[in-house]
Amino acid sequence: MNRPTEIKHYRTELTGFRHRIVIAAGFVVLLFLLLLARFVYVQILEHDRYFALAESNRISIVPTPPNRGIIMDRNGVVMAHNYSAYTLELTPSKIDNLNATIDELAKLVEITPSNRKHFAKIMAESRNFETLPLRTRLTDEEVARVAANRYRLPGVEVKARLFRQYPQGASASHLIGYIGRINDADLKELQDDGRYDNYRGTDHIGKVGIEQSYETQLHGITGAEQVETDAGGHAVRTLAHTNPISGDNLVLYLDSKLEAIAEQAFGNYRGALVALDPKTGGVLAFVSHPGFDPNLFVDGIDSTNWSALNDSPDRPLLNRAIRGAYPEGSTIKPFMALAGLHYGLRTPEDSISDPGFFSLPGSSHRYRDWKPNGHGTVNMHNAIVQSCDTYFYRLANDMGIDRMHSYLSQFGFGQKSGIDMDGELPGVLPSREWKAQHSRQPWYPGETVIAGIGQGYNLTTPLQLAVATAALANGGTTLRPEIVKSIIDSRTGKRTDIAPKVVTRIDIPPAQLQTIVNAMIDVTRPGGTAASVAIGAPYLIAAKTGTAQVVGIRQNEKYNASHMLATHRDHAVFIAFAPADAPKIAIAVLVENGGHGGTAGGPIARAVMDYYLLGKLPKAMAPAPVPENVAGGTVNAD
Amino acid sequence: MRIKRWLLKIAAHLDYPLLFLLFALMLLSLFVQYSAAGEDDAHLLAHGINMLVALTVMVIVANIPPQYLLAMAVPLYTIGVILLIGVALFGDVVNGSRRWLHLGITRIQPSEIMKIAMPLMLAWYFHYHEATLRLKDYGVGALLLAIPVALVARQPDLGTALLIAASGFYVLFFAGLPWRIMVGMAVAGGASMPVLWHFLHDYQKNRILTLLDPSQDPLGAGYHIIQSTIAIGSGGSFGKGWLHGTQSHLDFLPEHTTDFVFAVFGEEFGLLGNILLLLLYLAIIARGLTIAAGAPTLFARLMAGSVTLAFFTYAFVNMGMVSGILPVVGIPLPMMSYGGTAMVIVMLGFGILMSVKTHRKLLKS
Repeated sequence: MNRPTEIKHYRTELTGFRHRIVIAAGFVVLLFLLLLARFVYVQILEHDRYFALAESNRISIVPTPPNRGIIMDRNGVVMAHNYSAYTLELTPSKIDNLNATIDELAKLVEITPSNRKHFAKIMAESRNFETLPLRTRLTDEEVARVAANRYRLPGVEVKARLFRQYPQGASASHLIGYIGRINDADLKELQDDGRYDNYRGTDHIGKVGIEQSYETQLHGITGAEQVETDAGGHAVRTLAHTNPISGDNLVLYLDSKLEAIAEQAFGNYRGALVALDPKTGGVLAFVSHPGFDPNLFVDGIDSTNWSALNDSPDRPLLNRAIRGAYPEGSTIKPFMALAGLHYGLRTPEDSISDPGFFSLPGSSHRYRDWKPNGHGTVNMHNAIVQSCDTYFYRLANDMGIDRMHSYLSQFGFGQKSGIDMDGELPGVLPSREWKAQHSRQPWYPGETVIAGIGQGYNLTTPLQLAVATAALANGGTTLRPEIVKSIIDSRTGKRTDIAPKVVTRIDIPPAQLQTIVNAMIDVTRPGGTAASVAIGAPYLIAAKTGTAQVVGIRQNEKYNASHMLATHRDHAVFIAFAPADAPKIAIAVLVENGGHGGTAGGPIARAVMDYYLLGKLPKAMAPAPVPENVAGGTVNAD
Repeated sequence: MRIKRWLLKIAAHLDYPLLFLLFALMLLSLFVQYSAAGEDDAHLLAHGINMLVALTVMVIVANIPPQYLLAMAVPLYTIGVILLIGVALFGDVVNGSRRWLHLGITRIQPSEIMKIAMPLMLAWYFHYHEATLRLKDYGVGALLLAIPVALVARQPDLGTALLIAASGFYVLFFAGLPWRIMVGMAVAGGASMPVLWHFLHDYQKNRILTLLDPSQDPLGAGYHIIQSTIAIGSGGSFGKGWLHGTQSHLDFLPEHTTDFVFAVFGEEFGLLGNILLLLLYLAIIARGLTIAAGAPTLFARLMAGSVTLAFFTYAFVNMGMVSGILPVVGIPLPMMSYGGTAMVIVMLGFGILMSVKTHRKLLKS
């Protein structure tokens, strides 16, 4: 290299310069080759990836949520539907100062403190970037006012949305259930099940009742719009779309009028009633009283209403029909009697002499009859009609717990009925195995004795009792109870009936069945424990009363309802089916702290049967008589 | 007749191979600008007018003999430095940088002047010290270089500062800067990186960090690089077709008519288009270096070499930045990006090249 300190000749200098030009050219070519390599890398080797990225940049899939299916009762009365309304919605992620925006909005439309509280609550539970409703059901005028000011309220939108509504209010609330906003737990479940994609754009999901158990059918299939969007997220044009498919409509076995009558018949009592069609297992009425207004839950219940429901001693949120477990009490006796006939332990004519108690051989412990001095000589018929405890103590002891469990379980006791609703309790039909699992003690003979009258460990849900009653009514078929009668496809209108499902076919000889049914009919006749229930009924009623103890009564104590706390009074249990000669309805009623089954439960069941079989309204619900007729003095209630 | 003779005289000072290549580049530029601006006729017209203005400047400069350019070197450099000091003291702040100077009626960006004044000044210096060139002359050159570069870097406008530094350095390089000094500087530069790092502004550090991993900040500093790389990559071999680039037409590309216009080009014309563009640039650079190699005086050689390599630098840095291998600096793609000033500066450079090419017979060596 030239030494720069030397004075150089022009030629050498020029050679040096040209040398450097060549070096520069090489440098240029080298760096351009580097660029070329980069282009080849991104445009050839990684092209697919970048192309996909560009496409996902430009195309956004906007979900179109489907309309939720409608729920109707057997007569087409709407139990749950959707209505369209304008909502004021905010996207918190697009709003800098949420409170200021809400204050600003409050100048345009009415925003109550409870709207604000509610908004804060759903915001805390919401998914990212969701738009959340601040107020629903805007009037046209309010919509116009917000729209006119929207330019200065970023992140504020007015949307037309479909809302779920339950026109029957609290009626059948435990059966229908409700939908609510999708929370983190729901979200996780949807993701785990792989159903999440179908819920894009959907904010609500069934939480309870058949809204929950038929979620898949009711929800439908989310549609999608492929929208070309610019960087600002504005839709430029629609490239393609698939329409959402509305959820299927459900037709129930339920008769909403019957339901309302049953609920009203409970009055101030807490309790549950399940009425089944003994041929199909269809649920005709399903009461857990008191209920609640499901409309409160749709957009998140506010704290006032929530604590009112949750803290109420009446526990309106407890679905007693499937989650209330009570001892069957004496309503187990017809089933016990059938078991006695089945095992050949008794003939209908076999009689016992009832001193008013039963003692195990070699023991002085007295298992007392409800009638202090006993029923005298009783055969099977009388034992059912008068609900003689001693007869069944003895029968139970003769039968033993193993046979008792094996026979009674055919009626569905101690097992989930399989109803199309979540959360059902299995109840308890005790056995040696059951006790071994729950206690270190062996099975004691005395426990068999009290199990014979439906006490002790026995627990059943009103639904199970109704299933067993229906099995008696239909001559021995235990059916899976069905709430939904048919599903109507939203696209084709095709109606698919849900076939009745037989759980167990019990072999009951007709003569044996007739013995029991006859006795149950006489329960509702003079001399029976529910004689008042059938007064004036133009059809035959087969029934059995029961009482389920809430607190134990000591050996030498007497049960005296008037001296006890209301909540310690016995639960009234009542089962019935009618017409007894051709049953159309089977009912189980439980009235918490109702005392005697016939007194508290009977009238409720009668009101249900009267309406279902005769179309007759109870007096309280009959259309108001015209004054002239009152003057005439006869309002024909029969 | 007089006009015709006058026109012929003017035309005689143009270099036609270079002019042909520039026209080809301008044609591409018009197409890509029309697409990048969303088929906006007004934008296209404005771009065309910028081209005409820049071409006029080129023709004028091409007709100025190099000795006049030589004479302008010191005043232009002095004015440039004074204006840069003025900017530092009284400049307008735009986007966080103090780059503009208000001169009553108009605002100017003195750093743009320096892109030409810098190599002129150094070429002038070495031209006059050609006969007695010593090591200290490179030191003086470095000092002349350092003053405006430091002023521009302080604005802060690191991109322009680096370009000014580059155009000055190219003069030193062609003037025979010893290799051992260059190697020494490279080593020293490398060693002082960690120290320099501390003097960078946060946004400048971010740009460099972002280049290393754009996904770290996809909606912030990384957004530009990610989106432009997506645009180029999605173009594939043959591109999406003119006017069919989605990244630019749907606004995912930032600055898609100016600094990032190359992404639009790459998306719509693909690798094929990119190779064509590279070849075009390469041809222009080759022509420039040829002119430099044949230039009669040291001043002419240094100016021609420096102007050509500066043009290369703009093109390389811009394409490297847009395709994601260099940090984001505000450098337009020469002749392709929208923007009058940058285009005028580039064409002014080509005017110098043409002047050097066509005035050789008039110069004494």
